[in-house]
Amino acid sequence: MPKNYIPILMFMALGCLFPLVTLALLRLIRPSDPHKAKLSPYECGVDPVYQPRERYTVRYYIVAILFVVFDVETVFLFPWAIRYDVLGLFGLMEMLVFLGILVVGFIWLWKQGALEWV
Amino acid sequence: MSEFSSFLLGTTIKCIVVIAVLIGAVAYTTWLERKVVAHLQIRWGPSRVGWHGLLQPIADVLKLLLKEDMTPGQASKFLYVLAPLIAFVPAALSITVIPFGNVAHFGSQTVRFQITDLNVGILFIFAVTSVGVYGVALGGWASNNKYSLMGGLRSSAQMISYELSLGLSVVSVLLVTGTLSLGQIVDLQGGRWFGIIPKWNIFVFPLFISFFTYFVSAIAETNRLPFDLPEAENELVAGFHTEYSSMKFGMFFLTEYINMITVSAIATTLFFGGWHGPTFGPLWLRGILPLFWFVSKIVAFLLFYIWTRGTLPRFRYDQLMAFGWKFLVPLSLANVVLTSLVVAWRA
Repeated sequence: MPKNYIPILMFMALGCLFPLVTLALLRLIRPSDPHKAKLSPYECGVDPVYQPRERYTVRYYIVAILFVVFDVETVFLFPWAIRYDVLGLFGLMEMLVFLGILVVGFIWLWKQGALEWV
Repeated sequence: MSEFSSFLLGTTIKCIVVIAVLIGAVAYTTWLERKVVAHLQIRWGPSRVGWHGLLQPIADVLKLLLKEDMTPGQASKFLYVLAPLIAFVPAALSITVIPFGNVAHFGSQTVRFQITDLNVGILFIFAVTSVGVYGVALGGWASNNKYSLMGGLRSSAQMISYELSLGLSVVSVLLVTGTLSLGQIVDLQGGRWFGIIPKWNIFVFPLFISFFTYFVSAIAETNRLPFDLPEAENELVAGFHTEYSSMKFGMFFLTEYINMITVSAIATTLFFGGWHGPTFGPLWLRGILPLFWFVSKIVAFLLFYIWTRGTLPRFRYDQLMAFGWKFLVPLSLANVVLTSLVVAWRA
């Protein structure tokens, strides 16, 4: 049903236009008075001592990897849930096995300390 | 006029009306929030601009629009401008598939209170809301400021963690309804049991658990208290939008409130019967009354948001992550199993 997606494209176009047009129009009436102190990074009035784009904690990467694993699994559950009435007992058993394997992995992660934020 | 061009015209009008109403609703949600939080804390809140401060949001918007718009010297210019747009558009997009009301007849015109009824509605919502994370992460990165970068990282880690339990809690609803189309999900919730209890999904046995997990993760997804770690004013000075000013800041602000509204609208649609209400009234009200029920349910959710904001203190970051991964994810997984067993037993 591609016709159902046309309104979404139109909404997206209008949604992009609205902020761009306001930004462009207001440029005409808005004050613009840049100054060196105004343009420096916000650091409570002190000059920044080092670049902000440094290394950051590895925890964020772990969370991202775990998210990918579990999100793929969630997406796998969607079509199963929709067709559940057709699949019947077979579907239930299949999914219990799948979730069982997944839960074993989850417990292992937990034991390994991947879920701790230290 | 051909059928296709009248379809295009109708859709354009609908889109413009929805965007305008959404922005107006955001403005007055800020008023509601300030007023209710103020009364919770035994203060008056906005009371000078207009009757009970009702013109305050308009004054705020004008002030925001007329402020100087600075781009900090160290920022990556292109991404800095792009980030608010990436945050704003997907947030607004998820409203397109939500039904606001029943099909109504005005004279010879038939109006459907929904921009489009996709057969994969819920999947579409998940797809577009995930894009919103990029706006926040890019905004933090492009500002090239320590606070912004930390806020952006925290925010993206938090949003992806809670997206899991959000998705899992919706799976239980799908098990019961068997469709991804939001229009059909609402239609299935019409009618009553025993003439009293409305057939809303929340009253189907295990689904109150999924409503709980859904709504808690939704509060975390929208970065609201008690999960507003990305903004944590007293440690990160507003997080990913520290360096944003004027309309660009305004767009992040709009995004946060639009997210609140859409999340409430989805909760209403999935669990609380969408536009179904106690009565649809006489014939001339048939078109409007469903809209009224829908909006009042959303307002109830928004009041709940504000109430939690006025009541609960903020989590610590490790508590937040532990709560998401060690409590909500196992709970919603268990709930999926429980729901599938209950549905199989009923069949």
